[in-house]
Amino acid sequence: MKFGVVIFPGSNCDHDTYHVVSKVIGQPVQFIWHRSTSLDDCDVVILPGGFSYGDYLRCGAIARFSPVMQAIKEFAARGGFVLGICNGFQILCESGLLPGVLLRNKDLRFICDFVSLRVEDNSSAFVGQYNKHQIIQLPIAHAEGNYFCTNDELTELERENRIVFRYCSEEGLVSSQFNPNGSISSIAGILNKEKNVLGIMPHPERISEDLLGGTDGRKLFSSLSLHIAGLEKLR
Amino acid sequence: MKEKDSHPKRDCFLDGLEARYKVFYLPSSLVYKMTEQINKEVVASHGLTEEEFERIKTLLGRTPNITELGIFSVMWSEHCSYKSSRVHLKRLPTKGDLVVQGPGENAGIIDIGEDWSVAFKIESHNHPSFIEPYQGAATGVGGILRDIFTMGARPLAILDSLRFGSVSKPLNKRLVSGVVKGISDYGNSFGCPTIGGETVFADCYSNNPLVNVFALGLVRRDQIFLAKAGGIGNSVIYVGAKTGRDGIHGATMASAEFDESTSEKRPTVQVGDPFYEKLLLEACLEAMRTGAIVGIQDMGAAGLTSSSCEMGARAGTGIDLELSLVPQRETGMNAYEIMLSESQERMLIVAEPGRERELIEIFNKWELDAVVIGKVTSSGHLRVFHHGQLVADIPNDALTNQAPAYNRPMKEVERQHPSSEELRSSFNLEKESVSEVFHRLIRSFNLCSRRWIYQQYDHMVRTNTVVLPGSDAAVIRLKETRKAVAMTLDGNGRYCHLNPKEGAKLIIAEACRNLVVSGARPVAATNCLNFASPERPEVMWSFSQIIDGMSEACKAFNTPITGGNVSFYNETEGQGIYPTPIIGMVGIVDEIKHLTTCGFKQSGDLILVLGQTREDLGGSEYLAEIHGKVVGDAPRLDIEKEKAVQKSCLEAIQSGLVTSAHDVSDGGLLVALAESAIAIQGSTQAAAQRTKPLGAKIDLNLEKGFESGISLAAALFGESPSRIILTVKEAMAEKIEEIAQKYSVVCTRIGTVGGSEFIVSVDGQVVLKEPVLQLYNSWLTRLDEALSEQ
Repeated sequence: MKFGVVIFPGSNCDHDTYHVVSKVIGQPVQFIWHRSTSLDDCDVVILPGGFSYGDYLRCGAIARFSPVMQAIKEFAARGGFVLGICNGFQILCESGLLPGVLLRNKDLRFICDFVSLRVEDNSSAFVGQYNKHQIIQLPIAHAEGNYFCTNDELTELERENRIVFRYCSEEGLVSSQFNPNGSISSIAGILNKEKNVLGIMPHPERISEDLLGGTDGRKLFSSLSLHIAGLEKLR
Repeated sequence: MKEKDSHPKRDCFLDGLEARYKVFYLPSSLVYKMTEQINKEVVASHGLTEEEFERIKTLLGRTPNITELGIFSVMWSEHCSYKSSRVHLKRLPTKGDLVVQGPGENAGIIDIGEDWSVAFKIESHNHPSFIEPYQGAATGVGGILRDIFTMGARPLAILDSLRFGSVSKPLNKRLVSGVVKGISDYGNSFGCPTIGGETVFADCYSNNPLVNVFALGLVRRDQIFLAKAGGIGNSVIYVGAKTGRDGIHGATMASAEFDESTSEKRPTVQVGDPFYEKLLLEACLEAMRTGAIVGIQDMGAAGLTSSSCEMGARAGTGIDLELSLVPQRETGMNAYEIMLSESQERMLIVAEPGRERELIEIFNKWELDAVVIGKVTSSGHLRVFHHGQLVADIPNDALTNQAPAYNRPMKEVERQHPSSEELRSSFNLEKESVSEVFHRLIRSFNLCSRRWIYQQYDHMVRTNTVVLPGSDAAVIRLKETRKAVAMTLDGNGRYCHLNPKEGAKLIIAEACRNLVVSGARPVAATNCLNFASPERPEVMWSFSQIIDGMSEACKAFNTPITGGNVSFYNETEGQGIYPTPIIGMVGIVDEIKHLTTCGFKQSGDLILVLGQTREDLGGSEYLAEIHGKVVGDAPRLDIEKEKAVQKSCLEAIQSGLVTSAHDVSDGGLLVALAESAIAIQGSTQAAAQRTKPLGAKIDLNLEKGFESGISLAAALFGESPSRIILTVKEAMAEKIEEIAQKYSVVCTRIGTVGGSEFIVSVDGQVVLKEPVLQLYNSWLTRLDEALSEQ
């Protein structure tokens, strides 16, 4: 099993993500340069947080044209697992691997804070270690995390159980009051149709060690690693 | 002069490039003659005095041309030359066992053990931030980050100390929003967490906001880089962003007071690009690993001029530059403009000959320009060519070490402070009004939560932040070691205004205390000295006093100053700021398990106070906020007592006895206790504790732990130094008392943590009783409300 972490020149959570995969869940991991056209033999590719190419335009609008994204599209089409965190989520939407788009936060400011999330569905490879409707706390850090999609897309996301995380209160109540950025339907993370591509706005890698205040984020990485270990056994 | 007339063509690095650049050599005598533009007005408009101009002529042995005059003017500006402060700064302690690099480089460095060291420094960007708050603050962050990674260190933390006039004025609201957004956009994109600092509001900063930015980075002890242009024949490489016309004379602008025409100076503010800076960081660190870099300096204030002549001066070498090779983003720039541009995100590198290609390829990989623009020479001069024509020829020493240094006139400010008797009789309060006063304080702009600010900063990126904003100090773990580093920024303009020397000592003591309560040993400091015009004798006197106070305290606490920055001329239309030195103190947490934060942790814990509360109302937040007065003398610091309190606290923490610790400072004892009840952001210990404030029942007995006969105002809201609030498990309280006794420190049990209410009684009478959640909410949202009001 191998994880890959993509480095765009403006990525800044690349080292953090690498650290969690290698040191916290103890899995092999390598960096992948943005100009790379191959993903070697990675089973999971992570698009980390940051500001891919400065992102002075819409976040991720330039990254979608990078060589590595062409490779990732093919990888995803073959069933490879792709996890986009924060800027990674924005890039996945811009690349068309996920529906919708991430707009400026409703109050137009960058927000760095802890939020509560409800795990809406735990059937995919990314979140198998969470319980359904479990409330977890993850940090957010973004200025453009306001998820938006058409009504048709929203209906489809709901019908196909592709909404994985919603912002909520500590008790699990989903309402606009507990929605930090104005996302439609309080969406914090979604899957593609085939459920091998996940985009999530909060940062699981920032809350994967006790020393940093909790481990709610760790299960995202360990779920994937257990899933792939299971697949390897079957092979 | 004669030999100079024959152009030293042979040792010009342009040999062989003539054909390419159609270089034509003018006889160098010509450059010395191009002086017809130089007259009194031109000299004055460069911010140089007549005496300084005479000194330039003596040093050069001739009249400078316009480019040379420009170069002198920025290098001899207050900002670059420290001409008014140098004679005083010498008195600061700068050496210590752990100091690897003291003042004089881009940043100071201290040894933290296990083969690692940390580089850190604080710098001001006050003037640009007033003219253009967003870019001014952003480029302040950019500048200090470059200072850190120039040393080979990866920046891991940013803290900032901000001063504004009251946010009830629209101008100040705009400044706060602009500055915070500038810091936020730059730091967030660059990927270095902004994890702490302080924000203070007072009228004197209304037209003179202060933006001081601190950064710290980690570097292996054996991989430190210095800004020295060593090795005759080495190549000088320009890397990073292209040069434009922005920021020309920024350093000179920052060395003058403001008047009504200030907004016309907007073009002198640089424009920042954090993405470029990120590329520059990664490329520089990668290039440093090749071993081909001999010296490196960022182009900050005075751009290409300061980076080249300072690197030469440090190594005792000369530097030749050909400006036509400098990457430019505007056409038709002349030598004057290229040399004085303060375009951001640029570096100057001195590299071993023959290895230029290797370095250039690394920078190209990061899509950055990297061009050989010059050579290190033996001349000791900065020689600037433009299309092969010599346009400036100045000894590096004349620009740096021989810059003027003034011992400016000083005049003591004599203050007739009201005595503490007078203060208490005028400003004491009744038990009945405690609740109202307390609420006004906790919701005052200086004491309310800073959430509106720190939420806009990514304070978690790099996953090292183990104490989030909102505690006494910011703390990051160092993944490469078993340790953590604690940092704090402290200043107190009011105290320094009332009593500069005592004020400076109090700041150092508080900074050390903030680290100690976090479980760290204070080890070294950096300072940013913000003052009004040095040409006013009263200002210079307070500067000198502050250096003396700082010096005395830093020696006593064994925390040498490893570098810093002086910012004079913080005055507009004759209205100056309080003398406002800011100290950035760094401490080491030897073991992560010693980490302690200020928030109460568990119901049933006992609350203790180390140190005695005295009749100290002078200069307090209470007098300023409640009575609108900045009067009285600053509290007296007893350094030995302070050290004893800190020793007791650190020993208690390191013995594992303490569940929370908090320094008592602005707002006094009652505010500090309330902060411990409602500070839920500071801790990363467990997610559950982040979201719920915790009540407490406080029983104060004015006979115990207080100076006898103390007034109620001073007991609750006075700001005596050398006090710390601790909480401990009940069974451990005696052990803490034993430790305190060992150091002859007063230790008083004052209450118990728990419940949903914050209840305070004095001598058996309840003076304050409130649901802690309500208290929390009114404290938390104050700044949000003020800044979102139109």
